[in-house]
Amino acid sequence: MTFFALMGALEQGLVYGIMVLGVYLTFRILDFPDLTVDGSLPLGAAVSAVCITQGMHPALSLLAAMAAGFLAGALTGLLNTKLGILHLLASILTMTALYSVNIRIMGGPNVSLLGVDTVLDPLMRTGLPGYYASPLLFAVLAAAVILALIWFLYTEMGQAMLATGDNRQMITSQGVDTHKVIILGVGLSNALVALAGGLIAQNQGAADVNMGVGTIVAGLASVIVGETVFGNRSLPRAVVAAVVGSIIYRVAIALALGLKIGSFSFTPSDLNLITALLVVVALTAPRLKKRFGKC
Amino acid sequence: MLELSGLTLYFHKGSINEVRALSDVNLTIHEGDFITVIGSNGAGKSTLLSALAGSYAPHSGSVTMRGQDITRWPEHKRARFMGRVFQDPLRGTCASLSIAQNMALALRRGKWRGLTRGVTAADRRLFAAEVKKIGLGLESRLDDRIGLLSGGQRQALTLLMATMVRPDLLLLDEHTAALDPKTANQTLLLTEHLVTSQSLTTLMVTHNMNQAIKLGNRLIMLHQGEIILDVAGKAKEELTVNDLLAQFYKVKGEEFSSDKMLLT
Ligand SMILES: Nc1ncnc2c1ncn2[C@@H]1O[C@H](COP(=O)(O)OP(=O)(O)OP(=O)(O)O)[C@@H](O)[C@H]1O
Ligand SMILES: [Mg+2]
Repeated sequence: MTFFALMGALEQGLVYGIMVLGVYLTFRILDFPDLTVDGSLPLGAAVSAVCITQGMHPALSLLAAMAAGFLAGALTGLLNTKLGILHLLASILTMTALYSVNIRIMGGPNVSLLGVDTVLDPLMRTGLPGYYASPLLFAVLAAAVILALIWFLYTEMGQAMLATGDNRQMITSQGVDTHKVIILGVGLSNALVALAGGLIAQNQGAADVNMGVGTIVAGLASVIVGETVFGNRSLPRAVVAAVVGSIIYRVAIALALGLKIGSFSFTPSDLNLITALLVVVALTAPRLKKRFGKC
Repeated sequence: MLELSGLTLYFHKGSINEVRALSDVNLTIHEGDFITVIGSNGAGKSTLLSALAGSYAPHSGSVTMRGQDITRWPEHKRARFMGRVFQDPLRGTCASLSIAQNMALALRRGKWRGLTRGVTAADRRLFAAEVKKIGLGLESRLDDRIGLLSGGQRQALTLLMATMVRPDLLLLDEHTAALDPKTANQTLLLTEHLVTSQSLTTLMVTHNMNQAIKLGNRLIMLHQGEIILDVAGKAKEELTVNDLLAQFYKVKGEEFSSDKMLLT
């Protein structure tokens, strides 16, 4: 693996790491498997790209992306809690609807950001080469999100969210409206995913309606890999593990793509297959370990 | 203080599995009442407590609290003035959170939860003092995950949590049934202490007739979703297990010998 490939994987791992933190929030904290993310990642990209081309400051466009992501997640939460639709199905409905919405927002299947300023440009202007600038910026942002998330989870509201995912009967008896907590939590999660989407669009110079395919699977893979490798003994550790998992996952993908066996090699389109296999392995690894540990 | 009138509640209404779990229940709970609730399996005791707590909406009838109609209030809103301990020791606490975090959640029952610290230093001092009350040595383990505790320890904590913010109504659903005899007894003593020292209005479900007679100032017996016996004050003090059994044969007749649950 070349140095550039490694920096590339690091950059991807960090920026997608923000998405993984969102997936961690729903999947692990709220116990709410949320497929909205496949739609809210391109939603964030679309909103950010369109705002920038309309003349908004690229940093502000990220806030707009987060707001849009929040609404998308909150909609999934509403469908689940107020209409009683199963969480998985509720999120698939929002995700499906977002495909159309994203095309509406962009006025087509994609928007190019070539030649316009992004959040990365101020850093590049200092003379820093691109392969340092983006990992650096994304590392700072990922660290900020990690700190904010840990801080939030230790607030009164955050504790109520943890309790909602753990024991809904208990926290209801303590006077908490779990519907509100779920709507807020799924909203916050998708705000993070949309933030990642906006950053990715700005980094690669385009937003595309199909860029969200496989987001949830990549997110789950990263969460599980992170837990397995880095551990989840304490809450802060588990949060950091999500981003660590994301980096490991992207490096592993880069390695797999560079692999050549005879005339066979993987192409980027094999990515989803590899990821799905990785998730299956990661999910069954603990069970296999137990079985082989016994004999 | 709290009044149920004509309360009827079905499960699976309209299907072949329809169960009429509560049937035209009328009950007035007075301030300071300590009511023990008995009845055979499936009599509707848990359903009665759930209907009070707001877990299930009744099909007819009303629940009135201090003159206010709360029939349509959701469970989390009623929780403001209710403390509850469940039959299942795992239901009242969060396994993945620490003792202190669980207690902090209970300390804010019915209050707005904002962006201030979930557990403050002052909270911790309070919890250490509170936990000493149950005498299980948990005051040095405030940061242990609740999942590491035994069922009895969890149930005692749940009881403490239910009373930390004074509840207007305390609901106890066979809260010692899943515990071993010794722990059950300790938990019962703690219950008696907490209820009498704060003179809490309490409903306590039990399968133990002696307990039902010994504790509280009032006893009600449920059968097939109806209150078939309601004795208070002097009459309750003079009540014997035999009286209860006699009452019980009267409604159940020949089924007496099959119902050993009531004899413990
Ligand atoms: N969630 C539910 N869904 C369907 N039926 C229920 C439900 N809960 C209770 N029932 C039914 O309602 C009736 C009353 O049940 P309830 O749990 O109130 O009895 P109980 O007096 O608490 O009995 P036990 O002593 O066994 O705890 C029973 O026939 C029961 O099968
Ligand atoms: Mg019961």
